[in-house]
Amino acid sequence: MSDQPLIKVEGLRKLYPIDAGVFRKATSFNHAVDGLNFEIGQGESLGLVGESGCGKSTTGKMLVSLYEPSDGKIQLKVNDDYIDVNNIDRADRKDYRRNVQMIFQDPYESMNPRMTIFDIVGEPLSVQGIGTIAQREERVTEFLEMVGLTPASSFLFRYPHELSGGQRQRVAIARALVIEPNFVVADEPTSMLDVSIRTGVMKLMQDLAERLDVTYLYITHDLAVARYMCDRIAVMYLGKIVEIGPTEELLSNPRHPYTKALLSAVPIPDPRITRDPVLIEGGISKAIDPPAQCRFYGRCPIRDEYCKTHDHPPLERKGSGMDVACYKVAVDGE
Amino acid sequence: MSNDNVIEVKNLTMEYSTRKGNVSAVDNVSFSIKRGQALGLVGESGCGKTSIAKSLLKLLPDNAMIQQGQIVLNGKDMVPLSETEMRTHRWSEISMVFQAAMNAFNPVYTVGDQIIEAIETHLPKVTEAEGRAKIETLFRMVGLAPEMMDRYPHEYSGGMRQRAVIAMALSCDPDIIIADEPTTALDVIVQDSILKEITALQENLNMSMVYISHDVAVIAEVSDRVGVMYAGRMVELADTEEIFIRPIHPYTYALMQSFPSVTGPKKELISLPGEPPDLLHPPKGCRFHPRCPNRIEQCDQEQPEWKDYGNNHFCACWNPMEVN
Repeated sequence: MSDQPLIKVEGLRKLYPIDAGVFRKATSFNHAVDGLNFEIGQGESLGLVGESGCGKSTTGKMLVSLYEPSDGKIQLKVNDDYIDVNNIDRADRKDYRRNVQMIFQDPYESMNPRMTIFDIVGEPLSVQGIGTIAQREERVTEFLEMVGLTPASSFLFRYPHELSGGQRQRVAIARALVIEPNFVVADEPTSMLDVSIRTGVMKLMQDLAERLDVTYLYITHDLAVARYMCDRIAVMYLGKIVEIGPTEELLSNPRHPYTKALLSAVPIPDPRITRDPVLIEGGISKAIDPPAQCRFYGRCPIRDEYCKTHDHPPLERKGSGMDVACYKVAVDGE
Repeated sequence: MSNDNVIEVKNLTMEYSTRKGNVSAVDNVSFSIKRGQALGLVGESGCGKTSIAKSLLKLLPDNAMIQQGQIVLNGKDMVPLSETEMRTHRWSEISMVFQAAMNAFNPVYTVGDQIIEAIETHLPKVTEAEGRAKIETLFRMVGLAPEMMDRYPHEYSGGMRQRAVIAMALSCDPDIIIADEPTTALDVIVQDSILKEITALQENLNMSMVYISHDVAVIAEVSDRVGVMYAGRMVELADTEEIFIRPIHPYTYALMQSFPSVTGPKKELISLPGEPPDLLHPPKGCRFHPRCPNRIEQCDQEQPEWKDYGNNHFCACWNPMEVN
């Protein structure tokens, strides 16, 4: 195996026009995703964490080509070659689709209510033209059992409304994995599930990632869930990655003031522990034509004149494996 | 002793009648709350937490009926009261912070006007000027600029709307407020500031509170006492530290062990097999028995009794955790 990453993202941007009309060109833009650079290694799971509106879902949807980027490059390794996802020819497109899948947040809205479970899970196979009907049925059965819907025969010809939320999310996982993709974007796959069911689905996703050698981009607002699902975490704020690094290191020793605030705001399920006070206030807004300075400037507790007069800080290596975008964090991470 | 209880709920049973039969959403639930105390009700979707909240205020839909039990508020049973009588208690003695702050306000009136309407309905002697003065104080208390009262709901952010809903719940100086998942739709940083606001207000005004949430961590932070609900029944009730340190019911234990935390050592998460039961056909005996790792013979036959384990700790289980 090579050390080359499975997916490489460079300068990825997505701008939404705000005031465009029929006869008018847009003059202001919402910078939903603004210059992301990251790589994900084969078999690794990267968590994308942030508050609502920070651009994490937009990023996920660009990686699976549901949205077209305004700028930047996404490269995916297929058979040892990188293909440029946005300049793809027809032959490569099928390869790409076969290797990239998505699991959506809401298991109630992401399935066609008129299709049976067999049709839903088997659809990627028929689109890709894999196998005969009999082979597909065998494959679908195998995957339904793999995601814990047993006996599979009792689920094959049921409809989504007959299943509970947890079962539906398992169907969604089977649908995403049935063509054995390399790369799966999971957008808050457990946030609609109850706790006692959520753990089961999380374990299942990890288990299958290992068995099928799947690489995840795991999008979540919940740092505690990310801790269990991800090898590395990237924290996003208004379209920018402000900190990225190995999960335990990032959680136990956060460098960026936003990561610190986000972490201290997470309630702890133990009444004996008191959290550190959260040092920032207010909610996240939208990055509409943002000024060049650091995106976090307005809420930052450690800002100074330097931050005000300089552009948004670049991501730089600061301490063991951590990349941080902040002028106030020293190179050793302190 | 019972005199400092603001509210006492005794053997409350509430059913929804549906075309497929009756569903007992709340089954024989009892608890009491002292002045200034916060009770957290925790459980998963469909366990009856919100149904309890609606029963306490008697804001029930037409197909719901309180079958049995008492809700004693300040010494008076609310269950037999008519809707007109209930109105004199609602908001001035017991009020509610709703879950969906987005939908709790009418979009075509200013937020201030809507709170004044609540005040005028429940405290008819208050004049408009007094009402506005009251709202000003309330807005300052919950961390909103008083000028915001002349704005419309769409001009508020999610967190601000939730603050306004809290101000509205406090507008008639209730003895107890019911907060039903007030921070569920909010981002963590906003959630954190609302939680702080709620606990500070509750302490400063010496108000009682029922805090309903599916989030074990939030419950751990806001409540003095915790009730765990499963499939319409309360399975365990104890003081917060006690229940987190010494959970007795296997469901409580599983709930706590399945909740990930960002701090402390990374522990193995427990997952429960199966799913919560369909309340149209609840399992016989203990409703948790089909998923319970501690199941013994008795469990699918008889409903376990509500037993006192000392230290104000109650639990309904045939084969509790600590006995093993």
